[in-house]
This record gives sequence, structure tokens and C-alpha cells, in this order.
Amino acid sequence: MNNTYQSLMDRKNEIIKKSVGLDYSKYELEGIGFDFELMMNDQGYDIETIKKIQSENMVGNTPLVELKNITKYARKYSKPGFGARIFLKDEAANISGSFKARRAALSVNQAKRLGYKGVIAATSGNYGAAVAALAAKEGLECIIVQECFDSRNVCQPEILEKARKCEAYGAEVVQLSVGPELFYSLLKLIEETNYFNASLYTPYGIKGIETLGHEIANDVKELTGKFPEAVVVTNAGGGNLTGTARGLKDAGAVDTLVIGASVNLYGLHMASDNDFNRKSFTTGHTGFGIPFAVFPDRSDVPRSAARPLRYMDRYVMVNQGSVFFMTETLAILEGMERGPAGNTSLAAAFSLAQTMKDTDIIVVQETEYTGAGKHILPQISFARKNDVEIAFGNPLSEVPGKTIIFPSDGSLLKHKDIEMNDLRKTYLKRYKDIELSAQDYQFLADELKINIEEVKDLMK
Amino acid sequence: MINKGTYVRIRKTILKPNERSNNLPEDTKKVPFKMWIKGYLVEDADLFDIVSIKTVTGRIETGRLKEASPPYKHSYGDFIPEMLKLREIIYKDFRGDNNE
Repeated sequence: MNNTYQSLMDRKNEIIKKSVGLDYSKYELEGIGFDFELMMNDQGYDIETIKKIQSENMVGNTPLVELKNITKYARKYSKPGFGARIFLKDEAANISGSFKARRAALSVNQAKRLGYKGVIAATSGNYGAAVAALAAKEGLECIIVQECFDSRNVCQPEILEKARKCEAYGAEVVQLSVGPELFYSLLKLIEETNYFNASLYTPYGIKGIETLGHEIANDVKELTGKFPEAVVVTNAGGGNLTGTARGLKDAGAVDTLVIGASVNLYGLHMASDNDFNRKSFTTGHTGFGIPFAVFPDRSDVPRSAARPLRYMDRYVMVNQGSVFFMTETLAILEGMERGPAGNTSLAAAFSLAQTMKDTDIIVVQETEYTGAGKHILPQISFARKNDVEIAFGNPLSEVPGKTIIFPSDGSLLKHKDIEMNDLRKTYLKRYKDIELSAQDYQFLADELKINIEEVKDLMK
Repeated sequence: MINKGTYVRIRKTILKPNERSNNLPEDTKKVPFKMWIKGYLVEDADLFDIVSIKTVTGRIETGRLKEASPPYKHSYGDFIPEMLKLREIIYKDFRGDNNE
């Protein structure tokens, strides 16, 4: 078989179809849209089934903790009567140490159900460890494909740790240099092995997170008598936000605001060999968060089940120095040592809480494990070795790839809004020169969580 | 010499610069797309030879032999003096003993 870049990419649809056991054409509508809800609900996984699969696999039912000290800290900078109570869902308690186990549990279950011999996933993040752990439990082979090093053969310490963890569960780890050709390598491996593609973007990869939204809604209600006013979700590929929001709504928390949060990496190109090792966050950042929000179908499946703009009420950024600052705060004020990247939403919540009433509740919906490589010290050491300057001051003046600015006091730790309508306009750009039907407009309105008139206005 | 059956790490060029995707930033365009992978050495070999390995899933891969018995070298990094200052700031802010 011809395996040049182009010829393999030309075969991608048939390879993917075979590797996820899902015929996406079934959900396509006339025109530009597809039936998202049908795709999500057509896979035989209702919430009770998902809960059962997860609890049998040591996934879910993680502790919800009130961060009383961090709340008190945030209130120091709030007006009287302000400073929401901050709660945290300790997702590091899942098997493999992150919420990604929720996604992997369903993907691996589906692979087993369909009779695949192994699973394969393209991820440099916690998802690899999650798939590897659950594949180990199910007795399936596992290959994890990572974007790992630059042309100098230098790798992000955080990714090296994740490779170690995957190998600890018996997985094979394929490490690649910087570039979107990771997808080419993934396709080649799928074709060679006939393994199940445990993509982050299939309905299984997203439905697995619905239990997280459910637990947050129900746990907060049980503890406080009401649903939370806001949930902050670290956003990269959009799956975490989509699944959590769907779960919240399914549990009845329809008025809870869903706020996305990403680390600000503006100016760094995600496919750049030079930029790759100048960042201190390999996920949860704007370099993934924005492209995947404005064009979800850029993912490795024909129709991504991660569609964050359908659910996002607000999208905020925090800088790298602020996330490190909150990571340290979580350790020394709350006794919880957790991985930096997962604390993106915590840094945002610290600032957002100050704008909310003191009777309100804001939930930080995840934590992740920490360890060698994946920790403040090695990540700051690495940044310094790559000529990134470390300083104290106003974190909003940080220049990604050049500086990391820690807040010189807590009052300077502030989020910054990303305009939702700017994102929506970018999303709509690809449809500018297309004649749209009423059904197309409805699809776009659903995709962007606005009405048809607003869609038309944004397209002017 | 490294014995057959030793667990090793190899490196392989998957795509030369001219075989890569057209849609790349200038710096990435200039360099090859490479892969690192571990497995059991199929035949005795010397470091930097082109060798075949059998991976843990039983696949055969070929590439340049870079390392035998590869350890994990990532760590908790260097001492970062700024971390002490960071802590000081958090404690002072929180305990309010900075005479505010």
C-alpha cells in the first residue's frame, strides 16, 4: 500500500470509519449540518450505563471539596458581599490520575464490545495514561502516540512523564517530533494494527464526561441545597466542556453558567518547531482551545462530539504565571499538591469568584495528578533552560514564550475575557460564501448557542 | 556490542522535509518528521546501527539505535529560588501580616 503523506491522508475517511466502528454518514443532514443529538444518543450509553461502567473501573465519584482558604484569600480582594464559595472536584482521584479516565472508560469499553484487539490514541496528555490504564484492565493492547520533541530532540518534561505513566500500564508509546503529521502516523498505525481509535472526539470520548457534570450538580445540591451558579472548565479540545455541560443540564442544573478557561499562549504557533518548547503548558491553552472552538471538525473524526460553543456561556484566559501561582496556593493553603495544567480553571475561578456574590458557588471541575516532570519545579526549570524569563509583576503583561510573570501579590491575579462573538464570527467565516437553508441556519444557531437572527447579524 | 533481546530505543525519520505536509510554519518545514520508539533488539548490533526492534505490542520497527536500556531521566528539575518568594507572597497575602 502507498504510504506517502498524501495517499494516506486520502484514505483517512475509510481508515477512521473502520477504527471507530461508527458510520458518521448516518447523522449527516442536507446542507452543512448534522444531527448532533442523534449522534450522541445513538451509541447505547445512557447516564446509568455510563455510571456503572465507570464505577466498575475505579472512575468517577471523586470528592468535591470546598476550598475554604482559597475562598477566604479571594474575598480579600472582593467588595463587601462578594467572593463566591469556591469548590473543587478532585478528579486526580480517578484511576490514572485525571478526569480523562472518564473518557477512556467508555472508549475502551466500546473497543472491547466491538471486539477490537487493541486501542490506539493520539495524545501527549493525561488521556494517554487513562486509555493505557483502562486497556490494561480490559486486557487490550494499547499504543499511545505523542507529539513529544522538537528537532533538537528536546522533549517537554511533562510529556516525558506522561510517556512513563503509559509505559507503566504496559502500553507502547510512539513519540514524534513537532507537526500535524502526527495524524499521518496515527493513520499508519491504525492501518497496520486494526486497533480501535480511542479518539478524544467520538461520542464515547465525550459522553464519559457527562457523569462529571452530573456529580457536580448533585453533590453541590446535596451539600448546599442548590445547584452552583458557575462551573469553570479548563478548555483545550472542547470535550471536557461539552461533556461537563451536558451532564449539568441533564441533572437539571440548566441555569448554571459554564465558563471555559484556557492558559493564554497567544503568539505561539502550535505547529512551530521553535515555539514547541517555549511554552510551559502542553494542554489547556488557547493554542488548542480557540481553534477547536471555532472549527470543532478539525479533529481526527469526521464529526467531533466536542462542540464547546454549543455550551459555553463565557470564555476566559489566565496566564502561565497565574496558574503556577495557584498551583502553589492549592498546595500550601489547602494541602493539595496537584498538577499545574489542571489548575487553569482554579486560577480563573480565584479571579471570577471575586466578581460573584458571597452566597454564590463556583466549582472548579478538575484536578490532575502531579509528579516528576509534571510539576512546577521541572516546568519552570525547563522554561528557564529555553530562555524564558521568570519574573514577578503583573501577570497580564506576560508574553508567552518570552516571559512567565508570577503575580507579585494575589490582587494581580486576574482573568481576561475572550469575546464570545469574536469566536462565533470566526466559526461562521467558513460559511460566508455558501447559500444557507433554514435548516442550515438552525444548525449554526444550535452550534453557537444563539438564535437565527443573531447568526445572520454576525455573518453581516 | 548490544545483545539481541536488549530493550532499546531507536529513532527514525518518518518524513523528510520535502515529504511533509504543505501546511507548516517555516521553521518546521525545514526539519524532518521523526519518531522515537522502544522495543527489544531483534539482532545483535552496535550503537547507531540501523536495527529492527520488536515493540511491546509485537510490532516490528526499524531505525537508528540510539540507546540501550533507556532510563527515565525526567525529574523534579532545578532549585527555583522564585518558588520561595512565591510562597512568601501567598502566606503574606493570606495571613495579612504585611501591614496592610
